[in-house]
Order: sequence, then C-alpha cells, then structure tokens
Amino acid sequence: MSVLAAEGITLALGGRRVLDNISVSIASGRVTALLGPNGAGKSSLLACLAALRRPAEGRATLDGTDVGAVPATERARRIGFLPQAADVHWNIDVATLVGLGRLPWRGRWGETDADRAAVAGALAATGMTGFARRGVEHLSGGERARALLARVLAGQPDWLLADEPLASLDPAHQLDIGAQLRAVAAAGRGVVLVVHDLNLAARLADDVVLLREGRVVAAGGSSAVLTAPLIRETYGIAVETGVTASGQRFVVPVAP
Amino acid sequence: MSRACWLLALGVLLAAMLSIAAGKVWVPLAAWTAADPRSIIIVELRLPRTVLALAVGGALGMAGAAMQGYLRNPLADPGLFGVSSGAALGAVLSLYFAYAAQAWLLPGFALTGAAVTMAALALIAGRSGSLILFTLAGMILTNITGSLTALAISLAPTPFVASEIVTWLMGALTDRSWNDVEVVLPLIAIGMIILSRTGGALDALTLGEQAARSIGVNPRRLQLAIITGTALTVGASVAAAGVIGFVGLIVPHLVRPFAGHRPSATLLPAALGGALLLTVADSLVRIAPTVSELRLGIAMSMLGGPFFLYLLIAMRRRLA
Repeated sequence: MSVLAAEGITLALGGRRVLDNISVSIASGRVTALLGPNGAGKSSLLACLAALRRPAEGRATLDGTDVGAVPATERARRIGFLPQAADVHWNIDVATLVGLGRLPWRGRWGETDADRAAVAGALAATGMTGFARRGVEHLSGGERARALLARVLAGQPDWLLADEPLASLDPAHQLDIGAQLRAVAAAGRGVVLVVHDLNLAARLADDVVLLREGRVVAAGGSSAVLTAPLIRETYGIAVETGVTASGQRFVVPVAP
Repeated sequence: MSRACWLLALGVLLAAMLSIAAGKVWVPLAAWTAADPRSIIIVELRLPRTVLALAVGGALGMAGAAMQGYLRNPLADPGLFGVSSGAALGAVLSLYFAYAAQAWLLPGFALTGAAVTMAALALIAGRSGSLILFTLAGMILTNITGSLTALAISLAPTPFVASEIVTWLMGALTDRSWNDVEVVLPLIAIGMIILSRTGGALDALTLGEQAARSIGVNPRRLQLAIITGTALTVGASVAAAGVIGFVGLIVPHLVRPFAGHRPSATLLPAALGGALLLTVADSLVRIAPTVSELRLGIAMSMLGGPFFLYLLIAMRRRLA
C-alpha cells in the first residue's frame, strides 16, 4: 500500500492563506474525495499533493518522500494529474491524446511496445477503443472526459489525482466516469478527487476530507464524515442524510 | 518519416534544382563542371543562394511551428517575439553607421540585435515561464525595436542610406555568397536542433500548462529552449535575408493536417515546407519579368497577406 500525505501544508496565494497547516494521510486502493465550499482550498491541496504548487510551509509526501524532491519524470510516472480544464488545444486524435500520458516513459527512440500496450489498455478500460482515430474536436463532452481520463491511465500511475472530473458531465456520464475511477482504486491505485456534489461524494468515495477556509474540518470514512452536523459546520447548511432502497447513501441540502 | 515528409523532401530537392537553374540566365544543371564557363554562375551565385533559401525557409518554417505549438495559437508567428525586428534593428544600425563595408558586419549586427532582444525577453518573462507575460513582453519588444528602426530611417544621414535601409528591410537573397552561408548555416542548424528537441514538451502543452507540468514538463526550461532556438533560427535568417514574413505563419498551417495536428509531428514537415516555399518563391522572383528583381520579402508578404485574411475568415466562420 502506498500513502500520499500532507504534512503541515501552508500555502499563501496573493497574500491570502489558502491552506493553513493541513495534515492528512491518504491511502491507496481507495477513493478519497476532497470536499468543501468554494475557496476552501480543495484544488490548492490537490495541486500541492501533485507537486504542482510548492507550499510555503510543510510538505507533501509520497510514502515518506517529499514529492517536491522527486525528479519530475519519476514523479510524473507515479502521480497522474487530471486538471479541471478539459482543454485540448489541437485537434489531435484520441490515440495521440492518450499517448501523451506515456511521455514520462518515453525513451530516446520514441514509442515502445510497452507504450502501445498501455495506450491500448487505457483505451479499452475507458471504452474508447472505437474512437482511437477520431479527432478530439469531434467528441462529445462525455467522450472527451473519458479520453482525458484514459490519457492519465495510460501513464499507469500509482496515484490518480483529479480536479473535479465529474463537474461538467451529465448524470449518466458522472456515473460512468465515477465507475471508472472506482475501478482504478479497486486495482490498488490511489484515487484523490476534488468533488462538489455531496451525493456523488457519498456514492463514490471511501474516504472524505472536509475542508473549510484552508483547514481540515474532518477526515475519515465517508459515512463517518458526511453527517449532518459536520456538513453544517463546513457549509453552514442543514442536510438530510439517508440510504435509498438500493443501499445508496444520499445527502440532500434542505435549508440554508 | 511519414509519406507527407517524403513528398515534401522530394519537393525540396526539385525546388533546389529549379533554384540552381533559374534566373536571368538559365543554366542547365549539367553545366556545373569546371569545363563549362557557366559553372561559376552555379557554384558562386546560384548554389549559395539556394542553400540560403533552403536554410532560411526551413528555419522560419520550423520556428513558426514551434511558436504556434508553444503559444497553442495557430496565428502565432516567430515575428511576434521581437526576434526578427530586433535582428532587423541590428542590421539597420550597421547600415546607418555605414559599417556594412565588411561582409560579415551586417549579419553580425543582426545577430547581436536578435540576441539582445531575446535576452531582454528572457529577463522580462523571467523565471515564471508564464505565457501571457512572454507574449506581451515579445509584442512590446517588437514595438520598441520597430520604432527605433523607423527612427533610424527618418534620421538617416543621407537619402542613399535611407533607401539602402528600406531596400534591405524588404528582404532578399540577391547576391549572397558562401561567406553568408558560413556565418548563418551553423547557427540555423543549432537553432533547429534545439527547437526539434522541444517536440515532446509541445505535445504535452496540448493539454494545458498544468497538465503538461504534471507529466514532467519544465516550463522554464521549455521557454528557454524556445527563446534560444528562435533567436538562432530567426535571428540568423534575418541576418541572411532580411525580414521575410509569413513563412513561419503559413507553412505550419499547411502541413498541420498531414501531421495529425500534433505539434511535435509538425516541426519537421514545417521545416521542409518552409524550405520548399522559400526556394520556389526565390526562384520565381528571379524569373519574374520585372525591371529589377522583385524583393523576396515583398513577394512573400503579397502571398501571406491574403492567406492571413483567409485564415481569419475561416476561423470567423467556425467561431460564429
């Protein structure tokens, strides 16, 4: 098992303290959701964990090693990052897009059989094999989200960090991509997601980290954290929680 | 290499043959042997000129492809950076002070101008690796060097110097010798090697800056490589041929669909396409029935202007 941890991370952006002495420990093989109101520091924490931001104090560690000290290529092989923006700036085809995930593995002499196999595997895992030769401009939003997820999976990272991977998707695609992310965790990898939707978090995540104003309100198992009192403390709203007939947990905001 | 690359390479070969043969005097290629008196035309005039056209065209094409990939903007041109106007300013100053008596002085000044502008750009854009800062700084430098060039023209000591400057600014490969090739070719070669090694990082940038960094791209190192590579290729090109616009804009566009729109796969075809376009254009200006030889820079602009307009209209249709 692998552990990704924040150790006393403090981050200031534009003179504002975005993260204030955050310490959490995240285990692989599980889906962990970072939840909190707008401006709580979810994306900033994710960026620190991915070494895309350097904290002013504290550090992010992967199995005890400072992620900032790991050479960029080595880090890229271990931590895959899926940004919130679904930008693809040129109309490359899906196979080429997914192949970009292999760049950290690419040797001097171009693509290897291992690269091709990883790309084929990622395309198959996301159900995008049939779209391999299609230009990204000709994909629907849901197909594009799957292709971008396949890009990260092609790098076969131990960790998948995704910033709001479900935000712009319709419910069917949210369930679809959500199931894919669960499958990644089931394969033993670590999955950390920034999520906005409480119900999606309840459905997807094994663990939840609740953030508010750059501090951790609560962290732990999903059912222990997504409770009415903690959500009131974090968002200042009243919610009703429960379990559907099919065993699905839900969290419904009822009053401000 | 893809099939498109082989076809382009074949085209470049044919264009080079045309360029050696074409001119006020048509010289058959077979006349290159010492026994033929026309061999001097080939060896001392046509050959260096052809080599320069190939090198300058290739350099501008590849620099344009790298720039468009880096800025993720199909309308980016290596001229945007200030490197060509910086080089032009250097060359203009050497003409202004009448230093151009020595053959190597003008290219030397041009290269210095390019280097100074690029150093300024690197200093201003600084350690951030930020694209916006980089683009704005480049545009401002273009403006400053452009206005200094205009100042030099308006303050020219004699009308002759002024006209010399204006003529040079139009860009041409007329009467170039092996000396020019010796100065310019190694610099272009180094610049093109640097640019061609940025391919992977440019591909990664397709996903945006943050994702590119997450797959191991170092934005500062990439920016430095782009600045150095462009300074060498475009600076040396301006030193050799004056300001020749639009090659860097048009050619990457034309080859991009054949490269599957992938930035790294566009670099080599853009270099080949640039070499092809400029060599053919330089042959045509020689054959054109004009009293004095048509300036290559003007010919390219006349081609490039309408193309630019077409691009804009095509994009407007797509965006509207």
